[in-house]
Amino acid sequence: MIDVLNLTKDFGDFRAVNNVSFSVECGQVLGFLGPNGAGKSTSMKMVTGYLRPTSGTALINGIDICLKPLSAQQSMGYLPEGAPAWPDMTPRQFLDFVTRIRGMDKAAVRSATRRAINMTELHGVLDQPIDTLSKGFRRRVGLAQAIVHDPDILIMDEPTDGLDPNQKHQVRAAILEMARTKAIIISTHILEEVDAICTRAMIIDRGRVVVEGTPSALAARSAYHGAVVVTAGSENAASLATQLETLADIRIEHEARGAEAIFRILSADGSSETPTALFARVQALVEQRSVAIIGLALEAGRLDDVFRDLTRGAETGAAR
Amino acid sequence: MMRQVLLVTRREFNSYFATPLAFVFIFVFLLATGLSTFYLGGYFEAGQADLTSFFLFHPWLYLFFLPAISMRLWAEERRNGSIELLLTLPVPLSAVVLGKYFAALGFSALALSLTFPIWLTVNYLGNPDNGVILAGYLGSLMLAGGYLAIGSCVSACTRNQVIAFVVSVVVCFLFTISGAPLVIELFRGWAPAALVDTLAGFSFLTHFRAITGGVIDMRDLVFFASLTAVFLTATVIIVDMKRGDS
Repeated sequence: MIDVLNLTKDFGDFRAVNNVSFSVECGQVLGFLGPNGAGKSTSMKMVTGYLRPTSGTALINGIDICLKPLSAQQSMGYLPEGAPAWPDMTPRQFLDFVTRIRGMDKAAVRSATRRAINMTELHGVLDQPIDTLSKGFRRRVGLAQAIVHDPDILIMDEPTDGLDPNQKHQVRAAILEMARTKAIIISTHILEEVDAICTRAMIIDRGRVVVEGTPSALAARSAYHGAVVVTAGSENAASLATQLETLADIRIEHEARGAEAIFRILSADGSSETPTALFARVQALVEQRSVAIIGLALEAGRLDDVFRDLTRGAETGAAR
Repeated sequence: MMRQVLLVTRREFNSYFATPLAFVFIFVFLLATGLSTFYLGGYFEAGQADLTSFFLFHPWLYLFFLPAISMRLWAEERRNGSIELLLTLPVPLSAVVLGKYFAALGFSALALSLTFPIWLTVNYLGNPDNGVILAGYLGSLMLAGGYLAIGSCVSACTRNQVIAFVVSVVVCFLFTISGAPLVIELFRGWAPAALVDTLAGFSFLTHFRAITGGVIDMRDLVFFASLTAVFLTATVIIVDMKRGDS
Protein backbone atom coordinates (compact mmCIF):
# COMPACT_ATOMS: atom_id res chain seq x y z
CA MET A 1 0.00 0.00 0.00
CA ILE A 2 0.94 3.63 -0.43
CA ASP A 3 1.02 6.17 2.40
CA VAL A 4 1.67 9.73 1.40
CA LEU A 5 2.54 11.95 4.33
CA ASN A 6 2.46 15.76 4.10
CA LEU A 7 4.14 15.83 0.73
CA THR A 8 5.36 19.32 -0.22
CA LYS A 9 7.46 20.47 -3.16
CA ASP A 10 8.78 23.95 -3.87
CA PHE A 11 10.35 25.02 -7.15
CA GLY A 12 12.05 28.22 -6.08
CA ASP A 13 9.26 30.46 -4.81
CA PHE A 14 6.56 28.38 -6.44
CA ARG A 15 4.90 25.79 -4.23
CA ALA A 16 3.90 23.07 -6.68
CA VAL A 17 2.59 20.61 -4.12
CA ASN A 18 1.34 21.76 -0.75
CA ASN A 19 1.02 19.36 2.15
CA VAL A 20 -0.68 16.50 0.34
CA SER A 21 -1.51 13.39 2.37
CA PHE A 22 -3.47 10.29 1.42
CA SER A 23 -3.19 6.55 1.41
CA VAL A 24 -4.12 3.90 -1.11
CA GLU A 25 -4.75 0.30 -0.04
CA CYS A 26 -4.40 -2.83 -2.05
CA GLY A 27 -7.50 -3.21 -4.23
CA GLN A 28 -8.05 0.52 -4.58
CA VAL A 29 -7.61 2.73 -7.61
CA LEU A 30 -7.07 6.36 -6.73
CA GLY A 31 -7.76 8.89 -9.46
CA PHE A 32 -5.79 12.10 -9.36
CA LEU A 33 -7.76 14.90 -10.96
CA GLY A 34 -6.84 18.48 -11.50
CA PRO A 35 -6.21 21.12 -14.12
CA ASN A 36 -2.87 21.19 -15.92
CA GLY A 37 -0.14 22.44 -13.60
CA ALA A 38 -2.09 21.53 -10.47
CA GLY A 39 0.69 19.33 -9.13
CA LYS A 40 -0.50 15.87 -10.17
CA SER A 41 2.65 14.87 -12.02
CA THR A 42 4.92 16.46 -9.43
CA SER A 43 3.20 14.46 -6.68
CA MET A 44 3.62 11.25 -8.64
CA LYS A 45 7.26 12.01 -9.35
CA MET A 46 7.86 12.35 -5.63
CA VAL A 47 5.98 9.19 -4.75
CA THR A 48 8.05 7.23 -7.29
CA GLY A 49 11.31 8.66 -6.01
CA TYR A 50 12.19 10.66 -9.12
CA LEU A 51 11.93 14.03 -7.36
CA ARG A 52 12.90 14.66 -3.79
CA PRO A 53 10.17 16.32 -1.71
CA THR A 54 10.89 19.63 -0.02
CA SER A 55 9.24 18.09 3.00
CA GLY A 56 7.10 15.07 3.79
CA THR A 57 7.54 11.63 2.30
CA ALA A 58 5.78 8.58 0.92
CA LEU A 59 5.83 5.05 2.29
CA ILE A 60 5.70 2.25 -0.26
CA ASN A 61 4.62 -0.92 1.54
CA GLY A 62 5.99 0.76 4.64
CA ILE A 63 9.36 1.61 3.04
CA ASP A 64 10.27 5.29 2.98
CA ILE A 65 10.91 6.34 -0.64
CA CYS A 66 13.28 9.08 0.48
CA LEU A 67 15.39 6.89 2.75
CA LYS A 68 15.45 3.61 0.82
CA PRO A 69 14.47 4.49 -2.74
CA LEU A 70 15.86 1.34 -4.34
CA SER A 71 13.99 -1.16 -2.21
CA ALA A 72 10.80 0.93 -2.41
CA GLN A 73 11.09 1.08 -6.21
CA GLN A 74 11.53 -2.67 -6.40
CA SER A 75 7.83 -3.25 -5.70
CA MET A 76 6.62 -0.35 -7.80
CA GLY A 77 5.70 0.11 -11.43
CA TYR A 78 5.67 3.58 -12.91
CA LEU A 79 4.39 4.94 -16.18
CA PRO A 80 5.78 8.48 -16.44
CA GLU A 81 3.88 11.21 -18.27
CA GLY A 82 4.08 10.70 -22.03
CA ALA A 83 5.22 7.08 -21.62
CA PRO A 84 8.89 7.70 -22.40
CA ALA A 85 11.01 4.83 -23.72
CA TRP A 86 14.25 4.47 -25.64
CA PRO A 87 13.21 5.00 -29.25
CA ASP A 88 15.92 2.84 -30.78
CA MET A 89 14.90 -0.29 -28.85
CA THR A 90 12.18 -2.70 -29.86
CA PRO A 91 9.47 -3.47 -27.28
CA ARG A 92 11.03 -6.91 -26.80
CA GLN A 93 14.48 -5.45 -26.04
CA PHE A 94 12.94 -2.76 -23.88
CA LEU A 95 11.00 -5.21 -21.71
CA ASP A 96 14.01 -7.49 -21.53
CA PHE A 97 16.15 -4.59 -20.28
CA VAL A 98 13.75 -3.37 -17.59
CA THR A 99 13.11 -6.87 -16.24
CA ARG A 100 16.75 -7.89 -16.18
CA ILE A 101 17.85 -4.67 -14.56
CA ARG A 102 15.31 -5.37 -11.85
CA GLY A 103 17.25 -8.53 -11.15
CA MET A 104 15.03 -11.21 -12.70
CA ASP A 105 16.67 -14.36 -14.00
CA LYS A 106 16.19 -15.67 -17.52
CA ALA A 107 13.15 -17.88 -16.84
CA ALA A 108 11.40 -15.16 -14.84
CA VAL A 109 12.14 -12.62 -17.57
CA ARG A 110 10.55 -14.86 -20.17
CA SER A 111 7.34 -15.53 -18.28
CA ALA A 112 7.03 -11.93 -17.04
CA THR A 113 7.45 -10.43 -20.49
CA ARG A 114 5.00 -12.92 -21.99
CA ARG A 115 2.39 -11.96 -19.41
CA ALA A 116 2.92 -8.21 -19.92
CA ILE A 117 2.80 -8.61 -23.70
CA ASN A 118 -0.48 -10.51 -23.44
CA MET A 119 -2.04 -7.90 -21.19
CA THR A 120 -1.07 -5.00 -23.41
CA GLU A 121 -1.51 -6.88 -26.71
CA LEU A 122 1.84 -5.98 -28.15
CA HIS A 123 2.36 -9.19 -30.14
CA GLY A 124 2.27 -7.51 -33.54
CA VAL A 125 4.95 -4.91 -32.89
CA LEU A 126 7.45 -6.74 -30.70
CA ASP A 127 10.35 -6.38 -33.10
CA GLN A 128 9.76 -2.89 -34.43
CA PRO A 129 11.79 0.00 -33.03
CA ILE A 130 9.68 1.95 -30.58
CA ASP A 131 10.04 5.24 -32.47
CA THR A 132 8.28 3.72 -35.47
CA LEU A 133 5.23 2.76 -33.39
CA SER A 134 1.96 4.67 -33.21
CA LYS A 135 1.12 6.71 -30.14
CA GLY A 136 -1.26 4.04 -28.88
CA PHE A 137 1.31 1.29 -29.14
CA ARG A 138 3.96 3.45 -27.51
CA ARG A 139 1.64 4.07 -24.59
CA ARG A 140 1.02 0.34 -24.30
CA VAL A 141 4.76 -0.35 -24.37
CA GLY A 142 5.09 2.08 -21.45
CA LEU A 143 2.26 0.31 -19.67
CA ALA A 144 3.87 -3.08 -20.27
CA GLN A 145 7.10 -1.74 -18.80
CA ALA A 146 5.23 -0.59 -15.69
CA ILE A 147 3.48 -3.90 -15.05
CA VAL A 148 6.04 -6.39 -16.32
CA HIS A 149 7.44 -7.23 -12.87
CA ASP A 150 3.94 -7.58 -11.40
CA PRO A 151 4.39 -4.79 -8.83
CA ASP A 152 2.18 -4.33 -5.78
CA ILE A 153 2.09 -0.63 -6.44
CA LEU A 154 1.29 0.87 -9.79
CA ILE A 155 1.56 4.57 -10.53
CA MET A 156 0.49 5.84 -13.92
CA ASP A 157 0.55 9.40 -15.17
CA GLU A 158 -2.23 9.80 -17.73
CA PRO A 159 -2.25 6.19 -18.92
CA THR A 160 -4.91 6.72 -21.59
CA ASP A 161 -3.79 10.10 -22.91
CA GLY A 162 -3.74 10.12 -26.70
CA LEU A 163 -5.41 6.75 -27.17
CA ASP A 164 -8.42 6.18 -29.37
CA PRO A 165 -11.68 5.08 -27.68
CA ASN A 166 -11.04 1.37 -28.29
CA GLN A 167 -7.55 1.55 -26.88
CA LYS A 168 -8.79 3.55 -23.92
CA HIS A 169 -11.29 0.82 -23.24
CA GLN A 170 -8.57 -1.84 -23.42
CA VAL A 171 -6.25 0.01 -21.08
CA ARG A 172 -9.06 0.62 -18.60
CA ALA A 173 -10.02 -3.02 -18.70
CA ALA A 174 -6.41 -3.97 -18.02
CA ILE A 175 -6.24 -1.56 -15.08
CA LEU A 176 -9.50 -2.87 -13.64
CA GLU A 177 -8.24 -6.41 -13.95
CA MET A 178 -5.05 -5.59 -12.08
CA ALA A 179 -6.81 -3.46 -9.48
CA ARG A 180 -7.89 -6.42 -7.38
CA THR A 181 -4.38 -7.23 -6.26
CA LYS A 182 -2.62 -3.88 -6.40
CA ALA A 183 -2.69 -0.37 -5.04
CA ILE A 184 -2.97 1.90 -8.04
CA ILE A 185 -2.73 5.65 -8.58
CA ILE A 186 -3.62 7.13 -11.93
CA SER A 187 -3.76 10.75 -12.95
CA THR A 188 -6.12 11.92 -15.57
CA HIS A 189 -8.12 14.87 -16.74
CA ILE A 190 -10.71 12.68 -18.39
CA LEU A 191 -13.58 12.65 -15.95
CA GLU A 192 -15.41 9.67 -17.42
CA GLU A 193 -12.30 7.66 -16.64
CA VAL A 194 -12.72 8.32 -12.95
CA ASP A 195 -16.23 6.88 -13.09
CA ALA A 196 -15.01 3.94 -15.13
CA ILE A 197 -12.09 2.73 -13.05
CA CYS A 198 -11.45 4.65 -9.85
CA THR A 199 -12.65 3.56 -6.44
CA ARG A 200 -11.65 6.93 -5.08
CA ALA A 201 -10.95 10.30 -6.62
CA MET A 202 -9.02 13.29 -5.47
CA ILE A 203 -9.19 16.74 -7.00
CA ILE A 204 -5.98 18.74 -6.72
CA ASP A 205 -5.76 22.41 -7.45
CA ARG A 206 -2.74 24.66 -7.09
CA GLY A 207 -0.89 21.98 -5.17
CA ARG A 208 -3.63 21.35 -2.62
CA VAL A 209 -6.15 18.57 -2.26
CA VAL A 210 -9.50 20.32 -2.59
CA VAL A 211 -11.76 17.33 -2.29
CA GLU A 212 -11.52 13.59 -1.94
CA GLY A 213 -14.08 10.80 -2.02
CA THR A 214 -15.71 8.10 -4.13
CA PRO A 215 -16.57 9.24 -7.65
CA SER A 216 -20.31 9.18 -6.82
CA ALA A 217 -19.82 11.18 -3.63
CA LEU A 218 -17.88 13.75 -5.61
CA ALA A 219 -20.56 13.88 -8.27
CA ALA A 220 -23.16 14.39 -5.55
CA ARG A 221 -21.54 17.71 -4.77
CA SER A 222 -22.70 18.90 -8.15
CA ALA A 223 -25.40 21.57 -8.20
CA TYR A 224 -27.44 19.23 -10.37
CA HIS A 225 -27.28 16.31 -7.99
CA GLY A 226 -30.86 15.13 -7.43
CA ALA A 227 -32.30 17.14 -10.28
CA VAL A 228 -35.16 15.55 -12.19
CA VAL A 229 -34.54 15.77 -15.91
CA VAL A 230 -37.51 15.81 -18.25
CA THR A 231 -36.86 15.63 -21.98
CA ALA A 232 -39.52 16.41 -24.55
CA GLY A 233 -39.76 17.15 -28.26
CA SER A 234 -39.34 20.88 -28.84
CA GLU A 235 -42.89 21.09 -30.26
CA ASN A 236 -44.24 20.12 -26.84
CA ALA A 237 -41.83 22.32 -24.89
CA ALA A 238 -44.22 25.21 -24.28
CA SER A 239 -47.08 23.07 -22.93
CA LEU A 240 -44.67 21.05 -20.79
CA ALA A 241 -43.25 24.25 -19.31
CA THR A 242 -46.71 25.51 -18.27
CA GLN A 243 -47.55 22.14 -16.74
CA LEU A 244 -44.28 21.98 -14.78
CA GLU A 245 -44.71 25.48 -13.44
CA THR A 246 -47.81 24.33 -11.55
CA LEU A 247 -45.60 22.33 -9.20
CA ALA A 248 -44.83 24.01 -5.89
CA ASP A 249 -41.39 24.65 -4.36
CA ILE A 250 -39.27 24.03 -7.41
CA ARG A 251 -36.74 25.70 -9.68
CA ILE A 252 -36.72 24.93 -13.38
CA GLU A 253 -33.86 25.28 -15.82
CA HIS A 254 -34.62 24.98 -19.48
CA GLU A 255 -32.25 24.09 -22.25
CA ALA A 256 -32.92 23.49 -25.93
CA ARG A 257 -30.76 20.86 -27.58
CA GLY A 258 -31.51 20.28 -31.25
CA ALA A 259 -35.03 18.96 -31.62
CA GLU A 260 -35.28 18.27 -27.91
CA ALA A 261 -36.06 20.47 -24.96
CA ILE A 262 -34.53 19.58 -21.63
CA PHE A 263 -35.98 20.72 -18.30
CA ARG A 264 -34.02 20.31 -15.10
CA ILE A 265 -36.23 20.48 -12.06
CA LEU A 266 -34.62 21.09 -8.70
CA SER A 267 -36.12 21.44 -5.25
CA ALA A 268 -36.34 25.10 -4.30
CA ASP A 269 -33.58 26.41 -2.04
CA GLY A 270 -34.23 25.55 1.59
CA SER A 271 -36.57 22.71 0.73
CA SER A 272 -35.90 19.43 2.52
CA GLU A 273 -37.59 17.30 -0.12
CA THR A 274 -35.53 14.26 -1.17
CA PRO A 275 -34.66 13.78 -4.85
CA THR A 276 -36.82 10.64 -4.99
CA ALA A 277 -39.85 12.45 -3.60
CA LEU A 278 -39.37 15.21 -6.16
CA PHE A 279 -39.05 12.61 -8.87
CA ALA A 280 -42.30 10.99 -7.75
CA ARG A 281 -44.09 14.36 -7.87
CA VAL A 282 -42.86 15.12 -11.38
CA GLN A 283 -43.70 11.63 -12.55
CA ALA A 284 -47.21 11.88 -11.15
CA LEU A 285 -47.76 15.23 -12.87
CA VAL A 286 -46.55 13.96 -16.22
CA GLU A 287 -48.81 10.89 -16.00
CA GLN A 288 -51.92 12.78 -14.83
CA ARG A 289 -51.79 15.43 -17.52
CA SER A 290 -50.55 12.94 -20.12
CA VAL A 291 -47.88 15.25 -21.42
CA ALA A 292 -45.89 13.88 -24.32
CA ILE A 293 -42.31 13.41 -23.11
CA ILE A 294 -39.29 11.50 -24.37
CA GLY A 295 -37.46 10.87 -21.14
CA LEU A 296 -37.64 11.26 -17.41
CA ALA A 297 -34.57 10.70 -15.24
CA LEU A 298 -32.94 11.49 -11.96
CA GLU A 299 -29.58 13.21 -12.31
CA ALA A 300 -26.80 11.67 -10.20
CA GLY A 301 -24.67 14.77 -10.49
CA ARG A 302 -21.90 15.56 -12.85
CA LEU A 303 -18.27 15.28 -12.01
CA ASP A 304 -17.26 17.90 -14.54
CA ASP A 305 -19.47 20.49 -12.81
CA VAL A 306 -17.81 19.73 -9.51
CA PHE A 307 -14.40 19.81 -11.15
CA ARG A 308 -15.07 23.19 -12.72
CA ASP A 309 -16.55 24.67 -9.54
CA LEU A 310 -13.59 23.62 -7.43
CA THR A 311 -10.78 24.51 -9.79
CA ARG A 312 -12.15 27.55 -11.55
CA GLY A 313 -9.68 30.25 -12.51
CA ALA A 314 -6.80 27.97 -11.78
CA GLU A 315 -5.20 27.85 -15.21
CA THR A 316 -1.96 29.34 -14.00
CA GLY A 317 1.57 28.02 -14.15
CA ALA A 318 3.04 25.49 -16.51
CA ALA A 319 2.77 21.74 -16.19
CA ARG A 320 5.63 20.50 -14.13
CA MET B 1 25.48 -3.60 -9.05
CA MET B 2 28.06 -4.89 -11.55
CA ARG B 3 25.31 -6.75 -13.41
CA GLN B 4 23.28 -3.57 -13.65
CA VAL B 5 26.30 -1.61 -14.88
CA LEU B 6 26.81 -4.18 -17.63
CA LEU B 7 23.13 -4.11 -18.59
CA VAL B 8 23.20 -0.33 -18.89
CA THR B 9 26.45 -0.52 -20.86
CA ARG B 10 25.03 -3.06 -23.25
CA ARG B 11 21.85 -1.07 -23.83
CA GLU B 12 23.76 2.15 -24.37
CA PHE B 13 26.41 0.56 -26.57
CA ASN B 14 23.79 -1.01 -28.82
CA SER B 15 22.01 2.31 -29.15
CA TYR B 16 25.14 3.77 -30.75
CA PHE B 17 24.58 1.32 -33.57
CA ALA B 18 20.87 1.99 -33.91
CA THR B 19 21.64 4.44 -36.68
CA PRO B 20 24.30 4.36 -39.40
CA LEU B 21 25.88 7.29 -37.59
CA ALA B 22 28.16 4.94 -35.66
CA PHE B 23 29.64 3.56 -38.86
CA VAL B 24 30.01 7.02 -40.35
CA PHE B 25 31.74 8.10 -37.16
CA ILE B 26 34.17 5.20 -37.19
CA PHE B 27 34.89 5.70 -40.88
CA VAL B 28 35.61 9.41 -40.47
CA PHE B 29 37.70 8.75 -37.38
CA LEU B 30 39.85 6.19 -39.21
CA LEU B 31 40.18 8.53 -42.16
CA ALA B 32 41.26 11.37 -39.88
CA THR B 33 43.81 9.26 -38.00
CA GLY B 34 45.21 8.02 -41.31
CA LEU B 35 45.47 11.46 -42.85
CA SER B 36 47.00 13.00 -39.77
CA THR B 37 49.56 10.22 -39.47
CA PHE B 38 50.67 10.22 -43.11
CA TYR B 39 50.34 13.85 -44.09
CA LEU B 40 50.71 15.90 -40.92
CA GLY B 41 52.87 13.45 -39.03
CA GLY B 42 55.19 12.61 -41.89
CA TYR B 43 55.09 8.88 -41.10
CA PHE B 44 57.12 7.85 -44.13
CA GLU B 45 59.46 10.82 -44.14
CA ALA B 46 60.50 10.12 -40.57
CA GLY B 47 61.84 6.78 -41.68
CA GLN B 48 61.38 5.29 -38.25
CA ALA B 49 59.60 2.05 -37.42
CA ASP B 50 57.39 3.42 -34.67
CA LEU B 51 53.95 4.98 -34.29
CA THR B 52 54.97 8.32 -32.81
CA SER B 53 53.47 10.23 -35.70
CA PHE B 54 50.27 8.20 -35.29
CA PHE B 55 49.77 8.89 -31.59
CA LEU B 56 50.95 12.49 -31.88
CA PHE B 57 47.60 13.71 -33.14
CA HIS B 58 45.31 11.65 -30.94
CA PRO B 59 44.67 14.42 -28.38
CA TRP B 60 43.59 16.78 -31.18
CA LEU B 61 41.44 14.22 -32.94
CA TYR B 62 39.82 13.14 -29.68
CA LEU B 63 39.11 16.75 -28.86
CA PHE B 64 36.44 16.75 -31.57
CA PHE B 65 35.53 13.11 -31.95
CA LEU B 66 34.94 12.14 -28.35
CA PRO B 67 32.56 14.97 -27.36
CA ALA B 68 30.49 13.75 -30.31
CA ILE B 69 30.24 10.36 -28.59
CA SER B 70 29.61 11.68 -25.10
CA MET B 71 27.22 14.53 -25.91
CA ARG B 72 24.19 12.28 -26.10
CA LEU B 73 24.85 10.34 -22.89
CA TRP B 74 22.57 12.42 -20.66
CA ALA B 75 21.28 15.23 -22.85
CA GLU B 76 19.33 12.77 -24.94
CA GLU B 77 17.78 10.99 -21.95
CA ARG B 78 16.64 14.32 -20.63
CA ARG B 79 15.15 15.49 -23.91
CA ASN B 80 13.51 12.13 -24.46
CA GLY B 81 12.01 11.95 -20.97
CA SER B 82 13.50 8.49 -20.50
CA ILE B 83 15.66 9.87 -17.70
CA GLU B 84 12.57 9.67 -15.49
CA LEU B 85 12.22 6.01 -16.33
CA LEU B 86 15.90 5.32 -15.81
CA LEU B 87 16.03 7.05 -12.43
CA THR B 88 12.89 5.36 -11.08
CA LEU B 89 14.18 1.88 -11.83
CA PRO B 90 15.69 0.30 -8.72
CA VAL B 91 19.23 0.94 -9.90
CA PRO B 92 21.84 3.04 -8.09
CA LEU B 93 22.59 6.23 -9.98
CA SER B 94 26.31 5.45 -9.88
CA ALA B 95 25.65 2.21 -11.76
CA VAL B 96 23.84 4.14 -14.50
CA VAL B 97 26.61 6.74 -14.75
CA LEU B 98 29.29 4.03 -14.93
CA GLY B 99 27.30 1.93 -17.38
CA LYS B 100 26.84 4.82 -19.76
CA TYR B 101 30.48 5.83 -19.43
CA PHE B 102 31.71 2.32 -20.21
CA ALA B 103 29.49 2.22 -23.27
CA ALA B 104 31.06 5.42 -24.60
CA LEU B 105 34.52 4.14 -23.70
CA GLY B 106 33.80 0.80 -25.35
CA PHE B 107 32.71 2.55 -28.50
CA SER B 108 35.85 4.65 -28.69
CA ALA B 109 37.96 1.59 -27.87
CA LEU B 110 36.34 -0.12 -30.83
CA ALA B 111 37.16 2.82 -33.08
CA LEU B 112 40.71 2.87 -31.75
CA SER B 113 41.21 -0.87 -32.21
CA LEU B 114 40.17 -0.56 -35.84
CA THR B 115 43.35 1.41 -36.46
CA PHE B 116 45.21 -1.93 -36.28
CA PRO B 117 46.22 -1.85 -39.98
CA ILE B 118 48.71 0.84 -39.12
CA TRP B 119 50.24 -1.46 -36.56
CA LEU B 120 50.41 -4.22 -39.16
CA THR B 121 52.02 -1.77 -41.59
CA VAL B 122 54.71 -0.69 -39.21
CA ASN B 123 55.50 -4.31 -38.37
CA TYR B 124 55.68 -5.14 -42.06
CA LEU B 125 57.99 -2.25 -42.82
CA GLY B 126 60.36 -2.63 -39.93
CA ASN B 127 60.92 -4.01 -36.47
CA PRO B 128 59.19 -1.61 -34.10
CA ASP B 129 59.17 -1.97 -30.33
CA ASN B 130 55.70 -3.42 -29.89
CA GLY B 131 55.87 -2.75 -26.16
CA VAL B 132 56.05 0.96 -26.84
CA ILE B 133 53.17 0.68 -29.31
CA LEU B 134 51.07 -1.15 -26.72
CA ALA B 135 51.88 1.57 -24.21
CA GLY B 136 50.78 4.08 -26.83
CA TYR B 137 47.43 2.37 -27.27
CA LEU B 138 46.99 2.18 -23.51
CA GLY B 139 47.81 5.87 -23.16
CA SER B 140 45.44 6.70 -25.98
CA LEU B 141 42.62 4.79 -24.30
CA MET B 142 43.26 6.49 -20.96
CA LEU B 143 43.26 9.83 -22.72
CA ALA B 144 39.95 8.95 -24.36
CA GLY B 145 38.64 7.96 -20.93
CA GLY B 146 39.48 11.40 -19.57
CA TYR B 147 37.81 13.23 -22.44
CA LEU B 148 34.71 11.05 -22.20
CA ALA B 149 34.38 11.59 -18.46
CA ILE B 150 34.46 15.34 -19.05
CA GLY B 151 31.94 14.92 -21.85
CA SER B 152 29.64 12.83 -19.65
CA CYS B 153 29.71 15.51 -16.98
CA VAL B 154 28.95 18.30 -19.45
CA SER B 155 26.18 16.27 -21.08
CA ALA B 156 24.53 15.90 -17.69
CA CYS B 157 24.22 19.69 -17.45
CA THR B 158 22.00 20.20 -20.48
CA ARG B 159 19.25 18.70 -22.59
CA ASN B 160 20.74 20.13 -25.75
CA GLN B 161 23.27 17.88 -27.45
CA VAL B 162 24.79 20.69 -29.49
CA ILE B 163 25.51 22.70 -26.36
CA ALA B 164 26.91 19.57 -24.73
CA PHE B 165 29.22 19.08 -27.71
CA VAL B 166 30.50 22.65 -27.85
CA VAL B 167 31.05 23.02 -24.12
CA SER B 168 32.78 19.62 -23.96
CA VAL B 169 35.16 20.64 -26.74
CA VAL B 170 35.99 23.85 -24.90
CA VAL B 171 36.58 22.15 -21.54
CA CYS B 172 38.60 19.35 -23.12
CA PHE B 173 40.61 21.93 -25.03
CA LEU B 174 41.52 23.71 -21.80
CA PHE B 175 42.67 20.45 -20.25
CA THR B 176 44.64 19.59 -23.38
CA ILE B 177 46.59 22.80 -23.74
CA SER B 178 47.09 23.66 -20.09
CA GLY B 179 50.65 22.33 -20.30
CA ALA B 180 51.54 23.90 -23.62
CA PRO B 181 54.48 26.35 -23.49
CA LEU B 182 52.25 29.16 -24.72
CA VAL B 183 49.90 28.83 -21.77
CA ILE B 184 52.65 28.30 -19.25
CA GLU B 185 54.49 31.42 -20.43
CA LEU B 186 51.26 33.37 -20.11
CA PHE B 187 51.07 32.50 -16.43
CA ARG B 188 54.72 32.37 -15.51
CA GLY B 189 55.14 36.14 -15.44
CA TRP B 190 52.77 36.78 -12.56
CA ALA B 191 51.32 33.61 -11.07
CA PRO B 192 53.05 31.79 -8.20
CA ALA B 193 55.20 28.86 -9.30
CA ALA B 194 52.96 26.36 -7.51
CA LEU B 195 49.97 27.44 -9.59
CA VAL B 196 51.92 27.21 -12.82
CA ASP B 197 53.10 23.73 -11.92
CA THR B 198 49.59 22.61 -11.01
CA LEU B 199 48.29 23.98 -14.26
CA ALA B 200 51.00 22.20 -16.22
CA GLY B 201 50.26 19.08 -14.23
CA PHE B 202 46.69 19.03 -15.49
CA SER B 203 47.75 18.88 -19.09
CA PHE B 204 46.50 15.88 -21.02
CA LEU B 205 49.27 16.46 -23.54
CA THR B 206 52.10 16.14 -21.05
CA HIS B 207 50.77 12.96 -19.45
CA PHE B 208 49.80 11.43 -22.76
CA ARG B 209 53.20 12.08 -24.33
CA ALA B 210 54.86 10.53 -21.31
CA ILE B 211 52.90 7.29 -21.74
CA THR B 212 53.24 7.10 -25.52
CA GLY B 213 56.94 7.63 -25.13
CA GLY B 214 56.91 4.07 -23.83
CA VAL B 215 57.48 4.94 -20.19
CA ILE B 216 54.48 3.81 -18.21
CA ASP B 217 54.77 5.90 -15.10
CA MET B 218 52.20 5.24 -12.40
CA ARG B 219 51.75 8.98 -11.96
CA ASP B 220 50.47 9.39 -15.49
CA LEU B 221 48.05 6.49 -15.13
CA VAL B 222 46.89 7.78 -11.77
CA PHE B 223 46.39 11.21 -13.30
CA PHE B 224 43.97 9.95 -15.97
CA ALA B 225 42.24 7.52 -13.62
CA SER B 226 41.65 10.11 -10.92
CA LEU B 227 40.58 12.79 -13.37
CA THR B 228 38.06 10.32 -14.81
CA ALA B 229 36.84 9.44 -11.32
CA VAL B 230 36.39 13.10 -10.42
CA PHE B 231 34.34 13.88 -13.51
CA LEU B 232 32.20 10.76 -13.16
CA THR B 233 31.49 11.63 -9.53
CA ALA B 234 30.57 15.12 -10.68
CA THR B 235 28.25 13.52 -13.23
CA VAL B 236 26.47 11.59 -10.47
CA ILE B 237 26.05 14.77 -8.43
CA ILE B 238 24.81 16.84 -11.37
CA VAL B 239 22.32 14.24 -12.58
CA ASP B 240 21.03 13.93 -9.05
CA MET B 241 20.73 17.68 -8.57
CA LYS B 242 19.04 18.27 -11.90
CA ARG B 243 16.36 15.59 -11.51
CA GLY B 244 13.61 18.16 -11.49
CA ASP B 245 14.58 20.19 -14.54
CA SER B 246 13.47 18.53 -17.68
